[in-house]
Amino acid sequence: MSWMRPLGRVLIPIVGAMAFAILLLLLAGANPFEALGLLVEGSVGSAANLSDTLTAWVTMVLAAAGLVVTFRAGLWNIGVEGQVIAGSIAAAFAARTIEGPVAVMIILTMLAGLIGGGLWGLLAGTLRVYGKVNEIFGGLGLTFVATSLTTYLIIGPWKKAGVASTGGTDPFPRDSWLPTIGTLRVSIVAVIVAALAVVAVYFMMRGTRFGLRLKAVGQNLRSAVLFGIPNKRYLLLAFIIGGALAGLAGTIRVTGFHHKLVPTPSGAHGYLGILIVLLAGFQAKWIAPIAFFFAAIAVGASQLPLQMEVDSSLGGILRGVLVLFVLLFGGWQARRAGARLVADAAPPVVPATPGGEG
Amino acid sequence: MNELNTLIFTATPLVFAVVGETISEKAGVINLSMEGSLMLSAMAGFVIAFETNSLLLGFLAGAIVGMLVALLIAFSSIRLKLNQVAVGFVLFQLCVDLSTFLGNGHVRIAGPTVQAWSIPLLKDIPVIGPIFFEQNLLVYVSYLLVFGAWWYMFRTRPGLGLQGVGERPEAAHSRGIQVNRLRYIYTGLGGALIGIGGASYSLSVKIGWSFQHTRNLGWIALAIVIFGGWQPIRAAMGAYLFAGLLTAAQLLQEPLPDLAQVLPTIPFPLMILTLVVIYSDWLRRLTDRFPTLRAVFAGEPPTAIGTVFETD
Repeated sequence: MSWMRPLGRVLIPIVGAMAFAILLLLLAGANPFEALGLLVEGSVGSAANLSDTLTAWVTMVLAAAGLVVTFRAGLWNIGVEGQVIAGSIAAAFAARTIEGPVAVMIILTMLAGLIGGGLWGLLAGTLRVYGKVNEIFGGLGLTFVATSLTTYLIIGPWKKAGVASTGGTDPFPRDSWLPTIGTLRVSIVAVIVAALAVVAVYFMMRGTRFGLRLKAVGQNLRSAVLFGIPNKRYLLLAFIIGGALAGLAGTIRVTGFHHKLVPTPSGAHGYLGILIVLLAGFQAKWIAPIAFFFAAIAVGASQLPLQMEVDSSLGGILRGVLVLFVLLFGGWQARRAGARLVADAAPPVVPATPGGEG
Repeated sequence: MNELNTLIFTATPLVFAVVGETISEKAGVINLSMEGSLMLSAMAGFVIAFETNSLLLGFLAGAIVGMLVALLIAFSSIRLKLNQVAVGFVLFQLCVDLSTFLGNGHVRIAGPTVQAWSIPLLKDIPVIGPIFFEQNLLVYVSYLLVFGAWWYMFRTRPGLGLQGVGERPEAAHSRGIQVNRLRYIYTGLGGALIGIGGASYSLSVKIGWSFQHTRNLGWIALAIVIFGGWQPIRAAMGAYLFAGLLTAAQLLQEPLPDLAQVLPTIPFPLMILTLVVIYSDWLRRLTDRFPTLRAVFAGEPPTAIGTVFETD
């Protein structure tokens, strides 16, 4: 069975990560089983909690779906965080300047986010393809540029009426908020958009000429050249698509969650997307369940009887240890199997040298 | 004058970190966890120093934490053939969260501090003395480290071996150098220096511990290593330049608050610009015509950085 192997590969590290988390909880003086109960209760125990989990799930899924495209093209798009932020800024711009009915605003803010994130991705791509700047460093740099741009906008041109505050801008007009049902925080529109995005990426990578060529570029740049695939164009396209999906995540963060531009609109969901994709072995089909697990941990941890920063850090530790164990265990298995690389778990072969593709 | 003294003082943790990362990358291992390992070692350094009331043990704890994280990256690259960037990135996130969780009991409390100590005679040199030699022991160690690392890398035989491991591991191997063993050693050493950098932040510059105490310091250090062209002295200059930017940002807080907010992120565009210039045809033409300029602009990353070396 083809799904057995990845399952086993994930199950053992999960047990290890849980053991580690239990140890930490004991250290913190909490009852681990009580904590686990609270975690489940806090994430899926009620309609309101489930709706919060889904809200987090949406942005994680979108960022991760975009990352599948760039990773499969052999690109370490660590700048995804900045692309999410750029999407937030662009969506905030649309929400602040355009007036229209809800349906129009949904489309326009999302379009703005797609463009903002796509452009930010294209910037990293241009630096990589034409400037030979490795996308890891270029992306990290651009993330900080996006962050300081956000801060600048919040305390400068878009400052709150009256006094500038680092708490964020004024809330957007009500019409550009993503519509919700009743008191629940999740927006059905957002969930549908995220689901569509992940399905689209799955089929694009699997069945289309574009996806197959993209993978060829990612697996071996030189042979892709021999087959006449225009490398540069494919790399740039991967950056644009990856960035646009991240930008869409950024849109939903501001129109569906914060309802204003805040200094860190992404909530580090771009970075979480990287962890999700690493755990998913770069495959679109695993994104949705893993992102749900991550979102549940993030939301559920806030219900633990700990201080605010401590509870979310516990969730972070659980996620981090899990991904680390999966990577290490995968590497160890590959070593034992005598194989140099586990084909479906291995990171794409990428030159880690800036400009390595020459 | 006083500002320059403060500038040197506040840059010191960064100096340790950038030299450590430079050594590690020179050997071919990129430690992308720096943002996290710096933070975790800052926490460990303060907590251990507070609990044992011993600064020395605090720094030792910081160094050990930094070294363990770095060795984990080296191990997963060398033995498990995993991607250094992937493991480093996961460790970055994990270490940040661990620092918050484990440091929770020691938030915003007073603790031991590295005491100022001026060097007799040297402190009396006009202009230079008050800037460089009215500091603390840590700062003096950082001077020695920068010049020592530079000397070792570029003027000694084992230093040439270190460069070989990161530039042409196959050639180094054929000359009898144990590539992977040296990678463990230099990555571990580099990690320990990053850890000392973290501990010196929480024990000397911004004393104590709070959530995300060293936020962004590790990313800035990573940018400065590139800006410094993988050369310890230039990297240290980058660290001082950054501290200068911070000072400028503080001075501008009143007249130009917008600019003051943006100034500390300048290392990142600078890093990108450096990389663009290094690889530009324009620079190649320039250094082809004036070979002496090559020494000034030389700054290409170690060729084998991020790769796995196999002996078989």
